Amino acid sequence: MPVLAAYFAALQRDLLLVMRRKTEVLTALFFFVIVTTLLPLGIGPEPDLLRKIAPGAMWIAALLATLLGLQRLFAADHADGTLEQMVLSPEPLSVLVAGKITAHWLVCGLPLVLLAPVIGLQFDLPADAIGILMLSLLIGTPLLSLLGAIGAALTLGARGSALLVSLLVMPLYIPTLIFGAGAVESYIAGLGASGHFSLLGALLILAAAFAPWATTAALRISLE
Amino acid sequence: MINWFKYSAPSTFYPLAGKLIPVFWTLAALLGAIGLYISFFVAPTDAQQGEGYRIIFIHVPASWMSMFIYCIMAFWSLLGLTFNTRLSGMMTRALAPTGALFAFLSLWTGALWGKPMWGAWWVWDARLTSELILFFLYIGFMALQAAIDDPRRADRAGALLSLVGVVNVPIIYFSVKWWNTLHQGASVSLTKSPSMATTMLWGMLTMALAFWAYTIAVALMRARTIMLEREGNTEWVQHLPDVKEAA
Repeated sequence: MPVLAAYFAALQRDLLLVMRRKTEVLTALFFFVIVTTLLPLGIGPEPDLLRKIAPGAMWIAALLATLLGLQRLFAADHADGTLEQMVLSPEPLSVLVAGKITAHWLVCGLPLVLLAPVIGLQFDLPADAIGILMLSLLIGTPLLSLLGAIGAALTLGARGSALLVSLLVMPLYIPTLIFGAGAVESYIAGLGASGHFSLLGALLILAAAFAPWATTAALRISLE
Repeated sequence: MINWFKYSAPSTFYPLAGKLIPVFWTLAALLGAIGLYISFFVAPTDAQQGEGYRIIFIHVPASWMSMFIYCIMAFWSLLGLTFNTRLSGMMTRALAPTGALFAFLSLWTGALWGKPMWGAWWVWDARLTSELILFFLYIGFMALQAAIDDPRRADRAGALLSLVGVVNVPIIYFSVKWWNTLHQGASVSLTKSPSMATTMLWGMLTMALAFWAYTIAVALMRARTIMLEREGNTEWVQHLPDVKEAA
């Protein structure tokens, strides 16, 4: 399948670039850790309170950490002309973009999911709630990467794009935040998280179908 | 049958807009005067809320307008992206500040109304929260337009953003609504208001029409300015009577 080959080529290339410069990934990761560490310092160490705010706090930190990485998604390729080659290539651009978005999630999203249990313990979350939190992050963080890619493509080459992309993308992240953090909260409250997971999954499918396409359109606008 | 495509060119739209602006300003002033008269003197004092409820005549039409304007912007954006017309980008850009204004007005009057009625400037109700998010969407749109130097690119990027936004607005609304029901706790029910007197409804409708006329007038004025700014070096602008006089 040439389309799949193109997808994996784009994915592999981005992962390789990241492996050559590991600090950038680690920066986002430590940003996540530091933000979640600062919160108890600002709010106070009462375990009851921390347990209550843990899902929301970790989701917001994950959201901010994803935003940090968005800038990198297209900017470097735009600067050195690779992006133009991708637009000109015979493979469909949306497939290449999907590969890049997957790479962004593997680099920025997946480590957060894996790191969540440690932070969860710091917030005194019970073990089963941590499992729910990890699952919600696992479904939710790809959604953040997909939606963020639209913003990153739209602001490509604009002035002050690093700040601008957060302004554009944050409102679009609200449903993900609500259902992601809500899943853990309602699980702790004894209501069950399956409804939240279904909605998160539905949003993910919707975004996976349309976001690469919208990102492609935005990239073409930015490069014309 | 009107040939719509004729007026999609700035050179023909500019004089048309010039003729329409005074009409809509007059309409806005007349309807606004009637609406304010109804809301202050005709509409009865509310049994429970006293005189303070009269802010509803500004608040509700402003909220309606803030939502309508976003839809209209999305409509122009779709038109612009499919037919590649210059005018649609200009109209989208001209509408955005007015939409943001109405969203802000609706939040502000809502706070003023909320304080005496529920004892709080702000509650995390689904409607309030989604109106605030709508305001953020307007701000994001304007920031994106301002950050891109090439006007054609800015138009197209803004068009795509407003389309993405309009798809997301219902999702955001329902997610916030559900979030709100999960956190019932201290929230206040806004929906259980007593049925409205007919005069109140008329007052609100008249005010809404006045806001419509105002929006059209202001958007057309802004669109005309944008046209002059962007097409300053073209033949038709050089031949405009106003421009000739000034030169």
